[in-house]
Amino acid sequence: MFSEWKFTAKDIAEKADLFMSGHRACAGCAAATVMRLVLKAVRGPIIATSATGCMEVVSSIYPYTSWATPWIHTAFENVAANASGIEAALKILKKKGRIKQQRIDVIAFAGDGGTYDIGIQALSGAVERGHDFLYVLYDNEAYMNTGIQRSGGTPHGASTTTSPAGTVIPGKVQYKKPIADIMVAHDMPYVATASPHYWRDLITKARKGIEVDGPAFLHTFAPCPRGWRSDPSKSIEISRIAVETCIFPLWEAINGEYQLSAPSKVIALRPERKKPVREYLKMQGRFRHLFTPKFEKIIDEIQQLTDKRWQRLLKKCGIV
Amino acid sequence: MTVQEKSWKEIPPAGICWKPSTEYLTGDWKTYKPIMDSEKCTRCTLCVIFCPDGAIHWNPGKEDIEFDYDFCKGCGICANECPTKAIEMKLE
Ligand SMILES: Cc1ncc(C[n+]2csc(CCOP(=O)(O)OP(=O)(O)O)c2C)c(N)n1
Ligand code: SF4
Ligand SMILES: [Mg+2]
Repeated sequence: MFSEWKFTAKDIAEKADLFMSGHRACAGCAAATVMRLVLKAVRGPIIATSATGCMEVVSSIYPYTSWATPWIHTAFENVAANASGIEAALKILKKKGRIKQQRIDVIAFAGDGGTYDIGIQALSGAVERGHDFLYVLYDNEAYMNTGIQRSGGTPHGASTTTSPAGTVIPGKVQYKKPIADIMVAHDMPYVATASPHYWRDLITKARKGIEVDGPAFLHTFAPCPRGWRSDPSKSIEISRIAVETCIFPLWEAINGEYQLSAPSKVIALRPERKKPVREYLKMQGRFRHLFTPKFEKIIDEIQQLTDKRWQRLLKKCGIV
Repeated sequence: MTVQEKSWKEIPPAGICWKPSTEYLTGDWKTYKPIMDSEKCTRCTLCVIFCPDGAIHWNPGKEDIEFDYDFCKGCGICANECPTKAIEMKLE
């Protein structure tokens, strides 16, 4: 099903960026690293498309473009519809002999707002219709581009401008929607989670998503120093600790069969390596209020929820 | 074909961004500048891989790491991730 693609760090370092320098993401933006790394996984020509959001805005401030490949942006809610149209057009143009390239891959990029919330209808439809494309969610866990509003991907207890921690609520009251599981439930060929610290795992999964026939969904974790109120130099470290605490476990589901990826498997086999969620939370200002007597019990809730979801994942992976 | 520069108000609704952002330098955003100690660096290229701005390059000819200060925003990810602590962030 997948080719044997072996690469070294230097191969990746040497490969030209399709998401070019001069983009205007904040200093330390891990979403920008995710964009660069996903695009290092291409096997040939691609057409990319983005939903409205930080990675679209920072890469297309007129007259500048950071895309060293054909790229289309239309609206916030419909990136998967864009991808569907591109893929369908390529098919017919190939059939009519109007384009020479044997294979042009289609990759869609969207944030959490553009995926969990407003974009889910277009995404669900595109997957149900079976279009051959890779959908990359870069999850910075809020509507960052418009000023840190909470989304369906914002975790419990995070303070955002529309779920502000104060005297009434402890940050977001609701829980993070398990979007990747929702995609697996579409019975699609390939779904995976990835975190930029584990760059090799991320690039390998992006390539698999590109290679697979039919739709693929890649849920990437993207620490945002602006919205998470975290040190810009710590974005990649946070993306590691999210995995080590099992806040964001790494796995893939090939034709619906779940399997843990190496960084999370290590923790499953040696549970003493699983770090407490505190270590993750304390690095981010959006959780600062949880370290006060008033809201401290929310940390226990987050730990319990994380453990519950981790156990559920282990069961799905056949490890219990 | 010559490209005429038009303002965003003059272009049609489906406009095209045509200038590569590599002509837009973001290097002046930085407060701290990464300085690499060549002796400590093992050329693992992790900094090249993690840099959000693609501002660190691997030069295969020279077999060396090169910082592109025209784009480096000074985030410090490279210094934080360097396994041998070969990069230090210095006030510009
Ligand atoms: C229909 C519509 N509603 C609202 C907006 C305004 N808007 C632009 S980007 C954005 C938030 C994007 O959030 P997300 O998808 O998480 O991406 P991020 O900015 O965090 O990268 C919003 C609300 C819009 N462009 N279109
Ligand atoms: S607000 Fe966050 S996601 Fe958006 S460019 Fe800045 S760091 Fe990146
Ligand atoms: Mg977002």
